Amino acid sequence: MDLQRIRNFSIIAHIDHGKSTLADRILELTKTVSGREMRAQVLDTMELERERGITIKAQAVRVNWKGNELNLIDTPGHVDFTYEVSRSLQACEGAVLVVDAAQGVEAQTVANAYLAIENNLEIVPVVNKIDLPQADPDAAAAELAELVGGKPEDVLRISAKTGEGVADVLDAIVERIPPPSGLVSAAAPPRALVFDSSYDQYRGVVAFVRMVDGAFAAGEPLRAMAQGTRFEAEEVGFFSPTMKAAETLGAGEVGYVITGLKDVSRLRVGDTLTSERNPAAEPLPGYKDVKPMVFAGLFPTDSDDYPDLRDALERLKLNDAALFYEPETSQALGFGFRCGFLGLLHMEIVRERLEREFDLDLLVTAPNVAYRVLERSGEWLEVHNPAEMPRELDAVEEPYVRASIIVPKDYVGPVMELNNDRRGRFDHMEYLSPERVLLAYELPLAEIVLDYYDQLKSRTRGYASFDYDVAGFREGALARVDILIGEEPVDALSMIVHRDAAYSRGKALVERLRKEIPRQYFDVAVQAAIGSRVIARETVKAKRKDVLAKCYGGDISRKRKLLEKQKAGKRRMKQVGAVEVPQEAFLAVLNLNDGSKK
Amino acid sequence: MRPTAFGGKQLRAFDRSWPGLTAAPAKPPRPLGGIASDALVRHLYVHLPFCAHRCGYCDFVTVVGRRGQHAGYVDGLLAELELERELLAPELETVFLGGGTPTFTEPRELERLLAALPAAAEVTIEANPETVTPALAELLRRNRVNRVSLGAQSFQPELLGVLDRVAGPDDVRAGVENLRDAGFDNISLDLIYGIPGQRPSDLAADIGEALGLRPEHLSCYELEAKPGTRFTHAHGEELRRQAEAMEGYFECVVEMLIGAGYRWYETANFCRAVGGRDLRSRHNLAYWRGRDYLGLGIGAVSTVRGQRWRTTPRLGPYLAALREGRRPLRELELLPDSVQREERVMLGLRLDEPLPFAAVAASVDAEALTRLERLGLAQRVSLGDGEPPAAPGALTLTPQGRLLGDAVTADLLA
Ligand SMILES: Nc1nc2c(ncn2[C@@H]2O[C@H](COP(=O)(O)OP(=O)(O)OP(=O)(O)O)[C@@H](O)[C@H]2O)c(=O)[nH]1
Ligand SMILES: C[S@@+](CC[C@H](N)C(=O)[O-])C[C@H]1O[C@@H](n2cnc3c(N)ncnc32)[C@H](O)[C@@H]1O
Ligand code: SF4
Ligand SMILES: [Mg+2]
Repeated sequence: MDLQRIRNFSIIAHIDHGKSTLADRILELTKTVSGREMRAQVLDTMELERERGITIKAQAVRVNWKGNELNLIDTPGHVDFTYEVSRSLQACEGAVLVVDAAQGVEAQTVANAYLAIENNLEIVPVVNKIDLPQADPDAAAAELAELVGGKPEDVLRISAKTGEGVADVLDAIVERIPPPSGLVSAAAPPRALVFDSSYDQYRGVVAFVRMVDGAFAAGEPLRAMAQGTRFEAEEVGFFSPTMKAAETLGAGEVGYVITGLKDVSRLRVGDTLTSERNPAAEPLPGYKDVKPMVFAGLFPTDSDDYPDLRDALERLKLNDAALFYEPETSQALGFGFRCGFLGLLHMEIVRERLEREFDLDLLVTAPNVAYRVLERSGEWLEVHNPAEMPRELDAVEEPYVRASIIVPKDYVGPVMELNNDRRGRFDHMEYLSPERVLLAYELPLAEIVLDYYDQLKSRTRGYASFDYDVAGFREGALARVDILIGEEPVDALSMIVHRDAAYSRGKALVERLRKEIPRQYFDVAVQAAIGSRVIARETVKAKRKDVLAKCYGGDISRKRKLLEKQKAGKRRMKQVGAVEVPQEAFLAVLNLNDGSKK
Repeated sequence: MRPTAFGGKQLRAFDRSWPGLTAAPAKPPRPLGGIASDALVRHLYVHLPFCAHRCGYCDFVTVVGRRGQHAGYVDGLLAELELERELLAPELETVFLGGGTPTFTEPRELERLLAALPAAAEVTIEANPETVTPALAELLRRNRVNRVSLGAQSFQPELLGVLDRVAGPDDVRAGVENLRDAGFDNISLDLIYGIPGQRPSDLAADIGEALGLRPEHLSCYELEAKPGTRFTHAHGEELRRQAEAMEGYFECVVEMLIGAGYRWYETANFCRAVGGRDLRSRHNLAYWRGRDYLGLGIGAVSTVRGQRWRTTPRLGPYLAALREGRRPLRELELLPDSVQREERVMLGLRLDEPLPFAAVAASVDAEALTRLERLGLAQRVSLGDGEPPAAPGALTLTPQGRLLGDAVTADLLA
């Protein structure tokens, strides 16, 4: 295909502004998907995406429009998946920026617009949902033009629901977005950027690529430049929207390469593929590594499933480049992994995907952020697990974020109040329009990962939108709170909290544990402590009686069955020192831990 | 106490379609030829299901009234006895007539039954206080009954009301007096504690009243809310709520009775130690020591040589089968060695006498035993037959361990 006739673009927007629905109309209009195959958000193929009505994975698809080949990538809108957006943008020359006509510019609209601008992409601004009765396309267009530095007249107005204006979007893409520049000549050493990947049980690792220079043909020996992995391209092709094999994948095009690799660690997203026979000298600029900032321990409920969990994480990582994991051992929960996520939604999705796609039953510890501690040696060490922190903290730093909150101006007060409660530092405030304000704050990440967004929504009656990116580490007045059951610290329950919250968090946890731990043969102290100082204490009283009073000849079988039950219950207990703690007790307090921050 | 236990739920299990139900074995467990006489059953339970009224908390196999059927039922029992007679040893150690209310049975029929039952060293009958007239006491005495277990339950009228009992405290006192007058020197009283509304002082009063009657034996049961009973419907929730407040009652009962000179020989059973007589219930001891027993009557359970069966709790089919000379329907359970061992531990540890270790060692978790010993809940003790002290051959629970017996047993067998 002539480079001049190729356009590569992503559809980006704030969550729910209609990216996937616009993609639906494009697939229809270009006859990529037949009417019979069509359904709402057809590119959201994952079960979880369909259940939650949101896009989680970026999805590439090729369409033809008036003799041009358009490669579109539908992206997710939630802040936790920004990494998907930024990787997609690197495979494109343009972006269609969608704004809901009833909502106007929101926090992720701004964030995604900046991402596109940083990548030097041509932005096609689109106001969507003009069919809604409460739509205010003029206001939305004005805000959008202001944001991307264009004229309101250039903003397209469409309804992805009815299809109105969608053909104009396609025309504008062809007109405004530049064709890819790359070396087309057959002699050029080929280079392709791996922007995503997945694992197929039969065909191994499938690399999703953007060809930059040259071409790949099926059967060609290839090499991943950074890792040096060699393999033969079993098949090349493109998405339409399912995988369609092609003879070659040429410069400027987006498609896939089936590698046949069974060892998933041998290919990484961000690597450059080149030809073994005609290798390129320099790889393409790869991706900046994302740094997960939210961590939690994942443990199989059945310890026999540990190897399965390891394999599952490896494979999932292939399809979720932002996922991080390292082995963790907990005396209470056994062998598992400490995993790093981009946020709580990401964590939830990973957990659900592991449970559904890999049929695992998992126990997840309360999430915490990354911390930096000053070592004796004078070096800063990054710690992902409260149990690995020194008991007495001298200097600790915690991650801070730059947060932007967009709200109608009447809600500025409540938002400021919330941010003050959450140790936020006001940075600045801008009027996006006479009615709507953007508030910029610096906030400790720990204060927002948990229930911040729920609070924000409830205090602004759902009108606020929120986005953040990590700004760096700053010193924090933090304490490590340990939970001890019968004098034994339970590693999985240690937490790092702000000093002011230590007492109430410790107390809540200890009270809950007291209710969850069954009474034993002896009194069991449940304590929360900072270092050697106990800040909360409860006692699980020894049981005084545990015997059925009556047992006669006709009763023996029934008694024995009760005994079997009691035995089975005991086998499910985890041993903490001499104390038997049911797994449910850990679960209950871990849940409490992520539901109770203030 | 009698080997019958059919809750309303289990009753339904006696449906022909239910897989656990088997027709009676054509023959008793194993052919008897060559079986040594000590393999023959020496303990007989006879179930008499008739009651004047169904008490709210009770889920035993009972039949209210039906005076017209008492004779037929006794015929049935005697027919069943003939069918199983070859299982029984020529000399029985114990016979136990349980209910229901055995003493509610038409006196003529009761007497006919007692006269026809094999003789035994201990013959016990369960009696409800209001039925124990001087005439009834005479009848029992005349017919070789030498032990009576009287269902007192409580001496507080309000608590008896909660239990929905017919007898009042005076009936209990009168019953005991009548039995004494007839010459009975082995009387047991059943008490129930943990009744909704029962204060610690009520408990002390009940024990005091019971002790005042100087019974040779006492059974003290914590009230259990049996599923499906009127009591559970009305008071189940209350019982659950008060459980924690009343968890010390058991300990109180034990302390008071030990203080009064009784021997706490089984979790819920106490006997006086007087004049060198062993006043433990020999019949129930047989259950707790894992001996074989034969049960006759509806809902009765038998355990013979590794097989346990329960007879149908339904009066009609029971009588019909026996009228035709057939065994009534039974539910059969096989008890493999490992299960028998577990039961030995489960039951044996309820007693104050040491449980010989060798017989059950294969089922006991040695590590758990060590842990329980350290916690002062279990003990290995000498069998007392001159064995070296280094290898204590028996197992027993400490008093503390006995209060926690179910949990300790679960640990030991885990
Ligand atoms: N009325 C109306 N509703 C629309 C229009 N476009 C999308 N919607 C609805 O808006 C909701 C969100 O649409 P999606 O296409 O899933 O939005 P998205 O931007 O892909 O969302 P994420 O992938 O989760 O960020 C759905 O209920 C759509 O039916 C439109 O033009 N008009
Ligand atoms: C078969 S029962 C009843 C015997 C006799 N008919 C009577 O009512 O006294 C034997 C004993 O079991 C006890 N018992 C019966 N139901 C009980 C329950 N739900 N909870 C605790 N003990 C119970 C009572 O003490 C009762 O005396
Ligand atoms: S008299 Fe005894 S057996 Fe009969 S219903 Fe009452 S408690 Fe049950
Ligand atoms: Mg979407």
